[in-house]
Amino acid sequence: MKPAPFEYHAPTSMDSALELKAQHGDEGKPLAGGQSLIPAMNFRVAQPSLLIDLNDIPELRHITKPNGANGASAVHIGSMTLQSSAERDSLIAEHVPLLHEAIPNIAHPQIRNRGTIGGSLAHADPASELPVVALALGARFRAQSSKAERWIEAKDFFAGLFATTLQAEELLTEIAFPTKTARTGYCFTEVARRHGDYAMAGLAAIVELDANDKIAAAKLVYLNVGDGPVDASAAAASLIGKAPEAAAFKEAGRIASQEDMHPFGNVHATPEYQRHLSAVLTERALATATQRAKAA
Amino acid sequence: MSNSYPVTVTINGKTIEKQVEPRMLLADFIRHEAGLTGTHVGCEHGVCGACTVLFDGKPVRSCIMLAVQANGHELTTVEGLAESEDKLHPIQNAFWEAHGLQCGFCTPGILMTLVPFLEENKNPNEAEVREAISGNLCRCTGYQHIVDATLLAAKKLNEVAE
Repeated sequence: MKPAPFEYHAPTSMDSALELKAQHGDEGKPLAGGQSLIPAMNFRVAQPSLLIDLNDIPELRHITKPNGANGASAVHIGSMTLQSSAERDSLIAEHVPLLHEAIPNIAHPQIRNRGTIGGSLAHADPASELPVVALALGARFRAQSSKAERWIEAKDFFAGLFATTLQAEELLTEIAFPTKTARTGYCFTEVARRHGDYAMAGLAAIVELDANDKIAAAKLVYLNVGDGPVDASAAAASLIGKAPEAAAFKEAGRIASQEDMHPFGNVHATPEYQRHLSAVLTERALATATQRAKAA
Repeated sequence: MSNSYPVTVTINGKTIEKQVEPRMLLADFIRHEAGLTGTHVGCEHGVCGACTVLFDGKPVRSCIMLAVQANGHELTTVEGLAESEDKLHPIQNAFWEAHGLQCGFCTPGILMTLVPFLEENKNPNEAEVREAISGNLCRCTGYQHIVDATLLAAKKLNEVAE
């Protein structure tokens, strides 16, 4: 046996899952797709004493687009929705193009057939794609406990290396991704040594153009160059009011890679190389996002 | 730890029932409890792809799933591909003809990855094939013959369909 012994529960309703979480708190580790947790358990890096398997709760698997209040529109994804289901979903493809573009970069098809949207977000691996997309779009996270529920903004959800602001008795049950808006272009791109490997660098870029084709708003969020998704706010601010052209993109890439991020480096890429890749990818992503904004 | 759970799972059309500890991995269940040793265990942490099986028709890595999670589900392993002992699956035939394997350790995982891939993509190009098998490591072939075999398999499957 690879993993250390644990107690196992597979509740079939939200109520019983939340009850278990209330009862066991941090000791009760939620098991989503298990594509990160079970490898960690196989190495015995993780030795949870109790697993709450969420795979048998059908209400946690859904993709809907409810009519939002005051015109705000979002695609709501149940936390246990498979990455492979989201990858093929037409609502997401049409209304959240950034997410649609990012998902195929998550590992391999075998992994996406088990891996879940909520599991990856709650795992908060700085090298993973979904936290970057969630932070770039300003997604909202629905946290439920047996007593209450709250919505957490993406900027308040990620709390460093593999950490979130979810409380011990809470489960992440749903994520609301804002839908695309007019005159706005989105791009996700990354560089990995082999398709599906952890990326050495990558980013989500969003560009909104004004009536004169100048940049009205921009967002640049990077993966694997910090202890969570890295929001390059100085680089994004440098773009505002400028014409979306190569010189502005290059400068944004310089600021993002030299000032906004502090990559640790890893066995495959030194910090300098991660900065270099991030700068180059910034230029490409901004060019693509601009093109898409003009067509949107 | 004495807690054990009943697991009923259909593998290659045959239903089996066992009592297992929740920490038993699906790959170990398939090999040790069901006795189907065609599913290989390489890295045991979801990187090499050797343990790929079909879970309700979709390829998954059986070394990073718990056996208890397969309760009530259907699995297909490499043993479920061939029609009979002397009639191989067209993909297996293609691997034989195009030398798609050397030591054969990674082959079951690659076959189980390719079966649903070729169902979805009738005429893949080389780049698509390489992406499809990017989650499967092979230390012998350098992949070229695997790619050749897969393209040949697509052709064979289309001929069978005609």
